[in-house]
Amino acid sequence: MILLNGQDSDVRAGETVSAVLSRLGLAEDARGVAVAVDGEVVPRDGWRSFTLGEDARVEVLTAMQGG
Amino acid sequence: MSEALRIGGREYRSRLLLGTGGFPSLELLAAAIAASGSELVTVALRRVDPSARGSLVDVLAAAGVELLPNTAGCHTARDAVLTAKLAREAFATDLVKLEVIGDEDTLLPDAPELLRAAEELVDDGFVVLPYTTDDPVLARRLADVGCAAVMPLGSPIGSGMGIRNPYNIALIREAVTVPVVLDAGIGTASDATLAMELGCDAVMAASAVARARDPVRMARAMRAAVEAGRLARTAGRIPRRLYATASTSNEGLPTLSIPT
Repeated sequence: MILLNGQDSDVRAGETVSAVLSRLGLAEDARGVAVAVDGEVVPRDGWRSFTLGEDARVEVLTAMQGG
Repeated sequence: MSEALRIGGREYRSRLLLGTGGFPSLELLAAAIAASGSELVTVALRRVDPSARGSLVDVLAAAGVELLPNTAGCHTARDAVLTAKLAREAFATDLVKLEVIGDEDTLLPDAPELLRAAEELVDDGFVVLPYTTDDPVLARRLADVGCAAVMPLGSPIGSGMGIRNPYNIALIREAVTVPVVLDAGIGTASDATLAMELGCDAVMAASAVARARDPVRMARAMRAAVEAGRLARTAGRIPRRLYATASTSNEGLPTLSIPT
């Protein structure tokens, strides 16, 4: 099971980071978005090629109001 | 006096940094930014919320301000470093307000983790602005590892308690050559003025503005307060004395009472 932002998801192993972003309604050129997989940054230029493994933990983050 | 604030090769005319947390709406945030004159505002990095209305990034871009991503919520050097790297990806900036929290109730920084994270991020090319305690020795250690500024707290985040140890803030000013930005604890305009009078190069206000009854008016007050404090600091205050010093000369004082 791939965890997307802490939740069980129907994202499958082998999907790319780009595919996950489109599931969230985010375009590849979305401003202010960053992705981490299993605690490592996936740079923007790797979103299309990075494929998720079984049990990947994916975090898709953006700007939020804060201190 | 009109000299710009310089942090990591950048120049700012405004010496007031604004936090974006706690504003009831993005419209109010935009109005407060305009009223504050701030050129540098903090943002946090959190999970995407597909149901969120309005884009903070768009609002801040329209305001023409530079983003200072923070690592709020991080409790270890490792998490803070990863968050900084994600922020660099998200916002295309090497600036980071480094926060590594050591205690949930006071939100005070965890000194060893903070120093470790600062060192690692500086080595990785970040312009690091660490949120730190009012300890002059820790401030010096942070500057020594290459931080571009230090951000000592006046009192705990969001407490509005002002500057609880003004002597330490003055000592920090003497301990480092990088800019000192008073962060956390500001409750009202006079706190910001005091920070500048103590020699701080800038002040960061967040809750004090966002949670004021009228945030836009308070943003204006903070702007004026920072300018007043900077003016007073550079003007050079008179020394404190226990006894009065007459401001009017006695020379030419007439004798008005009839001698008895």
